[in-house]
Amino acid sequence: MARPVQYNVKNEGGKIVTIGDMPDGFQGEGFFTTKLSQVVGLARKNSIWPLPFATSCCGIEFMATMASHYDLARFGSERVGFSPRQCDLLMVMGTIAKKMAPVVKQVYLQMAEPRWVIAVGACASSGGIFDSYSVLQGIDQVVPVDVYVPGCPPRPEAIIDGVMKIQELVANESIRRRNSDHYKALLESYGIQ
Amino acid sequence: MVLTNEYIIQRLQEKFGEAISNVEEPFGLLTFEVPKDMNLKVMQFLYDDPELQFRFLTDLCAVHYPDQKGRELAVVYHLHNMVKNVRVRMKIFTDIQQPDVYTATSLYQSANWQERETYDFFGVNFVGHPNLKRILNVDEMDYFPLRKEYPVEDQTRIDKDDEMFGRGGSI
Repeated sequence: MARPVQYNVKNEGGKIVTIGDMPDGFQGEGFFTTKLSQVVGLARKNSIWPLPFATSCCGIEFMATMASHYDLARFGSERVGFSPRQCDLLMVMGTIAKKMAPVVKQVYLQMAEPRWVIAVGACASSGGIFDSYSVLQGIDQVVPVDVYVPGCPPRPEAIIDGVMKIQELVANESIRRRNSDHYKALLESYGIQ
Repeated sequence: MVLTNEYIIQRLQEKFGEAISNVEEPFGLLTFEVPKDMNLKVMQFLYDDPELQFRFLTDLCAVHYPDQKGRELAVVYHLHNMVKNVRVRMKIFTDIQQPDVYTATSLYQSANWQERETYDFFGVNFVGHPNLKRILNVDEMDYFPLRKEYPVEDQTRIDKDDEMFGRGGSI
């Protein structure tokens, strides 16, 4: 017996139903044209596979973010990969010691393009309170970072906000960006390639 | 027979005489100083003697006293008699310009990594150590971070607002 469809169809009680925006384009009867970048961006932004690189308390907040209450799956990111070769988004959460820096860089190098990086928490962003001989003063010294999430540790809402900022970047990125001279110069400045 | 601090220090002074100095007992823990080139002889005696039997090296560490000219670096050995559950603490002092100390690895296996750590953080050069290289810090480090020679914060930072971090500014 078919299960009755209750929601979003009859919409009893006048629930608010939001529908995502369509990309800009030109449409007529039976066709729709738009830029390839926008279609690719739309697909990518809703299926980001994160790679958690969790070293301390921010990692605990990330666990809460992934769990049912905050539920990162709502943003298409429930598939946490533990192989850098499968993942799109490197999430560095926690203090990175100087001895750990080559590991972060190695993980970044193993990821395939296009790849994004989010630095969660004060330590990953700037070294945080650890203004010390043994701690890397921000992961942007070894890999380029797209989004920084402040906080010590940030609440799950803040991490979700950071992921949504990444989604914005992903959606609006030109598919040619990764081949541009500007991007190559950025990687060159980190000694990559 | 109970192994008392008085008996231990009596045996040491019989054997080494004036070389044992600065004897004290903070919190009941027998502490003494020996000249730095005698550290192995004293530890060998403490190890071999059938009544003393200090056959376990609990801890080995260094302390930096920047104000004591000529004896800036202290190396501290904590020895344990496991049979009678008695501990002693032995100190040697060395010049920071020439921090050469004989290694205890031939006597105590546990000295191996602890001497590497002490070298890593204080730069004590353990003569005769089988593998004296950095153990905890990055290999590229070219200084000894726990010597009291450095300001606590990295003064070269430009990315943090000085006013917010107590380095000058108006506050």
